[in-house]
Amino acid sequence: MPITPEMKAAIGTRSEPVVWEVERGEIIRFARAIGDPNPLYSDEAAARRGRYGGIIAPPTFLHAYGAAPVDFEYPPGIGLDGGSEWEYFQPVRPGDSITVTASISAVFEKEGRVGRMIFIERDIEYVNQFGDLAARRRSTGIFYDPTESDRPTRNG
Amino acid sequence: MAQLYFEDVGEGTRLPTLVKTPTTRQLVMFACATYDYYELHYDRQFARDSGVHDVIVHGPLKNSFLAQLVTDWMGEAGTLKRLSVQYRGMDTPGSPVYAEGTVTRKYVRGGENLVECELRLVNARRETTTPGSALVALPSRREP
Repeated sequence: MPITPEMKAAIGTRSEPVVWEVERGEIIRFARAIGDPNPLYSDEAAARRGRYGGIIAPPTFLHAYGAAPVDFEYPPGIGLDGGSEWEYFQPVRPGDSITVTASISAVFEKEGRVGRMIFIERDIEYVNQFGDLAARRRSTGIFYDPTESDRPTRNG
Repeated sequence: MAQLYFEDVGEGTRLPTLVKTPTTRQLVMFACATYDYYELHYDRQFARDSGVHDVIVHGPLKNSFLAQLVTDWMGEAGTLKRLSVQYRGMDTPGSPVYAEGTVTRKYVRGGENLVECELRLVNARRETTTPGSALVALPSRREP
């Protein structure tokens, strides 16, 4: 399936905001799951003596906080996560309220090992309760239709 | 661990390699921690039916390994400003992956001591499955 005019027209469309309340236990669970023993993420006493005055979230913690779906017709077939580009502005701490919104920033296609692939980039913004942008993530989704090709995928 | 300073690094400086061996247990823990319940990461039959030979490691978990590589190296006084990863190849649990990085550039801009690094997650066959890059600000020994 090629890129449709509707897909192109949806560039700039924003999702409804979703508010996530950051809990200390959630940060500690995330740090354990990624196997990162940094005391900044899990040891309140040690973190309190340091630069941030308390626990902060690991840089990739915001992967846990999804955005609402954008009003956008995704291509049929298989969707893969192509990667992320993060920009960080403020630390995320327990007790923060993070408002997440996403918008489609680009739609383009390329020929690859699995035939035609459609790339959809979303810009995701994470704003804290003070109105400060804590982080921004550009996420690339890769879509292809396996019925257009029988070659196996190599994407993770 | 001693704090890293801007003066300690130069173009070509290598970050100490971080070795991780994701297990199926870790993939389940990560699924729970990120509310990502896609079966591709814990249901082997589902993975096989999807055309891959085993469950695969979440991209964001690999993103996290590369983040830890950088944050361990830069220390608490370092600030991660940008982090970019591209998931080019699959990784499966049970074998080691190596998070590696090299300094590509250092410069001062806007009063910040900035260092750019090229990053890569390499599998046991020495294939880079996840290239990336980072921008960090480091403290200087010349400042109080």
